[in-house]
Amino acid sequence: MAHKTINIKLRVWRQKDAKSKGGFEKYELENISVDSSFLEMIDVLNEKLISENKEPVAYDHDCREGICGMCSLFINGRAHGPDNLITTCQLHMRKFSDGETITIEPWRVGSFPIIKDLMVDRTAYEKIMQAGGFVSVATGGVPDANSILIPKDDAEEAMDAAACIGCGACVATCKNSSAMLFVAAKVSQLALLPQGKIEASRRAKNMIAKMDELGFGNCSNTGACEMECPKGISLAHIARLNREFLVAGLKA
Amino acid sequence: MSNFINSSIGKKLIMSISGLFLIVFLLVHLTANLFLLWGSDAFNMSAHFMGTNPIIKIVEPILALGFFIHILYSLIVQFKNWKSRPVKYAKVNQRDASTWASRNMIWLGLFIFAFLIIHVINFYWIIKFGDPGTVIVNGEEMEDAYTLVIDLFTSSGSLAYIYSGIYIIGFIALGLHLHHALWSAFQTIGWSNIKWRKIWTVIGDIYAIIIAVGFSIIPIYFLFIK
Repeated sequence: MAHKTINIKLRVWRQKDAKSKGGFEKYELENISVDSSFLEMIDVLNEKLISENKEPVAYDHDCREGICGMCSLFINGRAHGPDNLITTCQLHMRKFSDGETITIEPWRVGSFPIIKDLMVDRTAYEKIMQAGGFVSVATGGVPDANSILIPKDDAEEAMDAAACIGCGACVATCKNSSAMLFVAAKVSQLALLPQGKIEASRRAKNMIAKMDELGFGNCSNTGACEMECPKGISLAHIARLNREFLVAGLKA
Repeated sequence: MSNFINSSIGKKLIMSISGLFLIVFLLVHLTANLFLLWGSDAFNMSAHFMGTNPIIKIVEPILALGFFIHILYSLIVQFKNWKSRPVKYAKVNQRDASTWASRNMIWLGLFIFAFLIIHVINFYWIIKFGDPGTVIVNGEEMEDAYTLVIDLFTSSGSLAYIYSGIYIIGFIALGLHLHHALWSAFQTIGWSNIKWRKIWTVIGDIYAIIIAVGFSIIPIYFLFIK
């Protein structure tokens, strides 16, 4: 079978560390297989840079199967590049054409400072989780399976929210750098289940307070986050978060 | 409570409630205006009723406050949003991810605000503080608001076209603003889910069209038909 390859031009954001001023560097790559993944293409670039005694491009990656949430990258103006419902590691070079210039930028979010080149520090998400993204459980014996009955629809919806991998595409895409879809997914996945329902209002309140404190923007309901989310998490979860927050505010 | 009001969702809630209040006002305003199409007596009576009705007298300062709060909070929220991304992207492609109107609510809003100032100077200011002239309808003396409107949209030379153009562009901007506004307000209040998002969007679009087309009929009617 004939093996199709393309030649591409890259415009990659290079930045030495958090404090340095960054800028775009241009690279050209030849004979890139259209079957290779986007990250494999960057690996090829890095091999080339290393062989030329240059500093390779630093970028985040881990599982390379779309589940860990480590890979980021804003490619040609879109989080995780020109395809829907995927992470960057699931993006393939067949989505690009021969001779195309590909612009690669890190997540540009004030609350996610750049570590180096395309790597950003997403600790802000961990801090939001620490503020309430958990269920306080009394310790004791292991409860019997199915001792708490959960309606199928609720379980499904909670699972849809729990699909969030915390990659940050929602914040990166949002014109306001708002973390609402992330927080909504975390609040929703717990608020829908009996174990998490007890703390639902308090959780929403604390997580939103932390989100605001960390400098994320406000939600404009544009819906861009939902479209760029690799797990397709719905804006309906943001409505639930707003409800929980409103209830928490009225109670207090 | 102050924590609640100062939170991101709290500020958004103020924007959505003030916005919904303005949405209701627009419908009342349009209803009163459409009497223009039934001639001078009908509209003058409608304007006189609006100007003298005690309920309207009470609502008037609340309306001004509604505008003030909605605009003030839009700026507060917007400045925080801009601050949240200190370094901008070199390339952004949101064509398929969100609507143009939803991304440009602040600019549409500021444009509508500029239009509102022109509009207030054109009519409200003259009726309240100027000399609009009077007319007698059914034995009662009242401000001649009808002539004021006619004069603006049929004024001499190209001025009529300029004013009609400003008003129609203003109504289009208003329609685009409303296209995102209604569903967004209910989403912020939390009265939305996958099913209701579709319902609010449809209602919002129908409403936006009614407002934009309804108000635009007036300058078009006086410019071309009458």
